[in-house]
Amino acid sequence: MMDRIAALGRTGLDVIASLGRACQFLAGVVGGVPKPSVGFPLLVKQLYAVGVLSLAIVVVSGLFIGMVLGLQGYTILSDFGSEAAIGQMIALTLVRELAPVVAALLFAGRAGSALTAEIGLMKATEQLSSMEMMGVDPLRRVIAPRLWAGFISLPILAMIFAVVGVWGGMLVGVEWLGVYEGSYWGNMQASVDFVDDVLNGLIKSVVFGFVCAWIAVYQGYDCVPTSAGISSATTKTVVYSSLAVLGLDFVLTAVMFGNF
Amino acid sequence: MAQRTTEIIVGLFIIAGLAALLFLALQVSGLSPKAAGATYKLHANFNDIGGLAPRGRISMAGVTVGTIESITLDRETFQARVTMSIHKDVDNIPADSAAVIRTSGILGEQYIDISIGGDLESLKEGDTFYSTQSAMNLERMISNFASGR
Repeated sequence: MMDRIAALGRTGLDVIASLGRACQFLAGVVGGVPKPSVGFPLLVKQLYAVGVLSLAIVVVSGLFIGMVLGLQGYTILSDFGSEAAIGQMIALTLVRELAPVVAALLFAGRAGSALTAEIGLMKATEQLSSMEMMGVDPLRRVIAPRLWAGFISLPILAMIFAVVGVWGGMLVGVEWLGVYEGSYWGNMQASVDFVDDVLNGLIKSVVFGFVCAWIAVYQGYDCVPTSAGISSATTKTVVYSSLAVLGLDFVLTAVMFGNF
Repeated sequence: MAQRTTEIIVGLFIIAGLAALLFLALQVSGLSPKAAGATYKLHANFNDIGGLAPRGRISMAGVTVGTIESITLDRETFQARVTMSIHKDVDNIPADSAAVIRTSGILGEQYIDISIGGDLESLKEGDTFYSTQSAMNLERMISNFASGR
């Protein structure tokens, strides 16, 4: 019995210690931005690896999610004879919820896991320690560009996701099912507000980008430097990022759209 | 890959993101870069505005000519006071026109339709519509019919 309580206590302490290390790590990374002349090429390289290479999966899933929303929305709305409202439905769901959340989940799976594995392997092969030996701070040289790249890429990816989704919905709704193009855009423009909907969606994706990138680089930096340790760190990145995104999404939605 | 190629591709990626944001602003949310001075304000008092909401549409003969700016309650008459901004180029609305609340479709949003009068004078900035027609309330119509009024 006492053993159980002790085990629970140990788990709790571990969680708190890990959170503390993560925050300390973040402070070190954010405080240690490299000089622009050195940092900018590193950042560009990471933006390419993290952002541009995630573009394909984001565009394809955005297209299909928009098309599915078009089909499902048409089936339900045509029961009420108001299939013209399909544009409004597609745009609001995409801009407010699906674009930030789904882009973040895909990002965690595609880019976050790669970041963790890369940094974890650098740690396992002692590249990070040899950098320290040479007097190069690995936080500045390796971690900071990756964190910033994730933070910058995700909002861009989410915006592209929303646009492709709206276009995919138009493909199904207007071209295929015969909703008038004028009512598709007109209903959408009448109901979507730039500040309330688009900017709040953008803020969501900025928060998610920060959280996903932070979890990914921290898990890589903190992993046990063995092959099993790297694989468990990669799994943790995807699981923790997804849970954090979904949980934060509820909180942010309640703050932004719940009237209290 | 050469550093320069990477830089160009990342630059294109960032431009694509900004273009997407611009598209969401202009095409999806209908934010128009039109100057604020391009409209003028009119008022109308209604007994019941039903589901009318700010940013709703004002139309004449089905053409959108403005949007609803704000809706407040007049504390003396207990009527709803709707402020609308009308496009500047529609400056010849006859002074005896009526503002009517209508619904588009059966489940659609409510909007204000301006039915044209025949006066030679036209409404100016800050004027109030003389005659209005409130939102149709199905429950009230049925209860009026049932009580024989």
